[in-house]
Amino acid sequence: MEVVEKKNKNKKYKPILEGIPDWPVYQLSKNRKEFIEEVAKKSIARVKELRPTTKQLLDELQTTVYREQQRMKRNRWRVDPVDEPRFWATIKDDMVGLDTKPAEEAQAKAEEILHRIVSRYANEIAGNFNASSYKVTREIVKFWFARLLNGARVKKFGAFFRNRYTLRDKIHIVGKVKQLRNLATKGTVIMVPTHFSNLDSILIGWVIHSLGLPAFIYGAGLNLFNIKIFAYFMNSLGAYKVDRRKKNLPYLETLKLYSTLAIQKGAHSLFFPGGTRSRSGAIEKQLKLGLLSSAVEAQRNLYLDAVDSNSTEEVRKIFVVPVTLNYHFVLEAPDLIDDYLSVKGQDRYLPEQDKYGSWQLLQFLFKFFTKGSNISVSIGRGLDVMGNYVDDDGNSLDAQGRVIDTRDYFVSDEHVTIDKQREDEYTRMLSQKIVFEYHRINRVFASHLVAFVAFEMWQKKHSKLDLFGLLRLPEEDQVIPYEEFRETCKRVRKHIYKLKDEGKVYHATHLKGQIDLVIRHGLDNVGIFHLKRPLLLNREGNIITKDFNTLYYYHNRLVGYDLEKFI
Amino acid sequence: MTLKSLSDDKPVGVIGAGNFGSVVANLLAQHRKVLLYARDEKVIQRIRETRENRGHSMHPNIEPINDLAAIAEQCDILFPIVPSEHFRSMMKHLSPHLHPYHILIHGTKGFDLTLTNGQSIETITKLNRSQVKTMSEVIMEESVVVRVGCLAGPNLSRELAANQPAATVIASHFNEVITLGKRLLRNDHFQVYGNNDLVGVELAGVLKNIIAIAAGALSGLGYGENAKGLLVSRGMVEMIYLGRALGGNTKAFLGVAGVGDLVTTCNSSLSRNFTIGHRLAKGETLKEILASTDEVAEGINTIRITKKCADYYGVRAPITTTLYKVLFEDLTMKQALRYLMRYPLNVDIDFL
Repeated sequence: MEVVEKKNKNKKYKPILEGIPDWPVYQLSKNRKEFIEEVAKKSIARVKELRPTTKQLLDELQTTVYREQQRMKRNRWRVDPVDEPRFWATIKDDMVGLDTKPAEEAQAKAEEILHRIVSRYANEIAGNFNASSYKVTREIVKFWFARLLNGARVKKFGAFFRNRYTLRDKIHIVGKVKQLRNLATKGTVIMVPTHFSNLDSILIGWVIHSLGLPAFIYGAGLNLFNIKIFAYFMNSLGAYKVDRRKKNLPYLETLKLYSTLAIQKGAHSLFFPGGTRSRSGAIEKQLKLGLLSSAVEAQRNLYLDAVDSNSTEEVRKIFVVPVTLNYHFVLEAPDLIDDYLSVKGQDRYLPEQDKYGSWQLLQFLFKFFTKGSNISVSIGRGLDVMGNYVDDDGNSLDAQGRVIDTRDYFVSDEHVTIDKQREDEYTRMLSQKIVFEYHRINRVFASHLVAFVAFEMWQKKHSKLDLFGLLRLPEEDQVIPYEEFRETCKRVRKHIYKLKDEGKVYHATHLKGQIDLVIRHGLDNVGIFHLKRPLLLNREGNIITKDFNTLYYYHNRLVGYDLEKFI
Repeated sequence: MTLKSLSDDKPVGVIGAGNFGSVVANLLAQHRKVLLYARDEKVIQRIRETRENRGHSMHPNIEPINDLAAIAEQCDILFPIVPSEHFRSMMKHLSPHLHPYHILIHGTKGFDLTLTNGQSIETITKLNRSQVKTMSEVIMEESVVVRVGCLAGPNLSRELAANQPAATVIASHFNEVITLGKRLLRNDHFQVYGNNDLVGVELAGVLKNIIAIAAGALSGLGYGENAKGLLVSRGMVEMIYLGRALGGNTKAFLGVAGVGDLVTTCNSSLSRNFTIGHRLAKGETLKEILASTDEVAEGINTIRITKKCADYYGVRAPITTTLYKVLFEDLTMKQALRYLMRYPLNVDIDFL
């Protein structure tokens, strides 16, 4: 049986900007060449600032070349351009003997080399938004999703071509939608969702479109471009590429400046601030500060520019909007948790591997649309770059509801100033606020509840075992009597209600009602498409698991709310 | 920036014209014009007329003021130095006038306690960090100010006033705040160090008040230097344990604000906390002592709060716990000492 989501108003949203040519991302791609040149120029300046002497600069370049060659040797991907080895070999040749040359000559040459490297990076990172391909993709997605949904759900001949169900029935968007749309007209929006699955990018792309927002630019892991179907989607949605293998200074600075400048130019952006998918299944606790700092920096630059140009216009504000994605099922869960456990178990590094090609994804999509299992997306309240809440007009508010001028955070002695250390601290504060908001807007599903309760009950029964001992529990110990389970679920659910009243978490509508039905809904949905189900009933009607690891994964979603004490 | 150009800048504000507040105002006044806020109109009159306050003669650069809105309006940098009991209510009054460009460096060594309806410090048995806050946390909770710092170290007011050599620590997450604080306070007799562990330094400053009372007690019982050495070292260990449980790092306790302040306080018979310990050891009860003085000894409140935190976090804090029993239950100082000397745990150092 299915518990219907009541709150889904299934509302359609009009686009906030009429034509694609008005979109900031379109403007950006139209002037792509100039933009890349600007990014390169500023990145070079930044690197030179960080490595002021010729010797330091040369050392940095040498390290960069060395690391790049190591990367090509060890970890080459399908998306990597063919001319890569040649490019770096040339650079290496050009660097030979530079350190013995007179300082001036060496500096000039080093800067020229830096320019080549940085331009290459900027070109590689830059997205390629294309209006017509964006439209085509959008239509394809809409058309085929509708076919899948209607064909599979309504078992009547001809249902295939009906439009009774749309994606909005599968994917619920809740939270501060109206505010988000408002903010997108008033300033630049940076959306920061939680990251659980590779599908997140596509999901968010769809959400942005269906809310009537112009396309966002987003930093997508380069590894995703290995999968052709993703590469197509990403390119057409305005994604820029983030290569996590490259940790050298010129690359990192170029990447950050790309993001900073795009935000400064008003392009709405999307980052996954957790960096990679959450391995443990828990909501991110630690965010990557690099890209986040570009939001703070962009805001400061906007204030600074306004001072320089003496403009009286109101400075464009940047809004950070946290979003959580709530799933019953994460396709990659078994592998993610494996990664997590082996890293935790023995401190060794695991290269990112994607076992899922285009075919597996299509299969998943098909299953997703033909069976139950909904997804919900919660849009959080908008924040300014300092983590203050903003109202619908974009005014920052303090805890007492008084309006704050965000500019004042960047003011020292009555002037807007640049202070890297201060901004690092601001970024850290912002990231803490985002983590706090994630936990607050997270929506608890029945499947999260049952996974959490079951795992914690086992943990409590075997309190002497550590995590790894617990995961190897012999099968005969892996049974929880239903009655006991039911009572505990009830207790925990009661506390979740209480947390909701205190504004500390949300829950799906289906969590309410008769506990037996809620448990059934949870069991039916938790990790629904895994070969080995994390939780199910045995013949006697008691709770068992077929896969402790993925159970642990789904359980982790509710860690951090202090619910353990109610087990 | 030279000293001359500094004095042309905006004035600096000090909030609270108590003993330490007056000394800090005098230090600042060597570099800049200072507005000194006092709640009491009489204090302001007195400073205006006599240029004297709490036994300090006030620098001509200091102007007393009675208006929080005006002080926030005229100064970008403020030094709130009011007793911890009143700190939050002072912040609530000040907050509407503050903006994110303000910088607040406080000099208050105490905890703030927030209890919900029906709870009181007498009835509640355990306290955790959501109820107990340091002053920088109060500032951040009550206002939009984020650039917050604190001032801590061995700063006995009388010695500072006499221009004897001394040092202090300015702790803040922001280098900007540390640099500014240094520039404003430093002079030939006064050295200023920076530290990024804000909460750690605050905790060191607060927790040392406990050991100060204990030091007073030892002197009241008539004991000498061996006992004091024992107290300082074991007190240090206890501070570090408590400090870590409450969110500080070990390092802050080893610096000027930690061991520096601790040694000074334990040797000074001038401090209020020391005096209280001394009188307790002489056989007076807390009630009698409180009745005879109007000055605030932060240490009493600190012991009361810290003991309940130690219970919550399961930290072993023998000195704090026995002092608590002397203050609020009916253990005598002699019994307390006997108990401590028999205390079974005797590993010297196990936290590094």
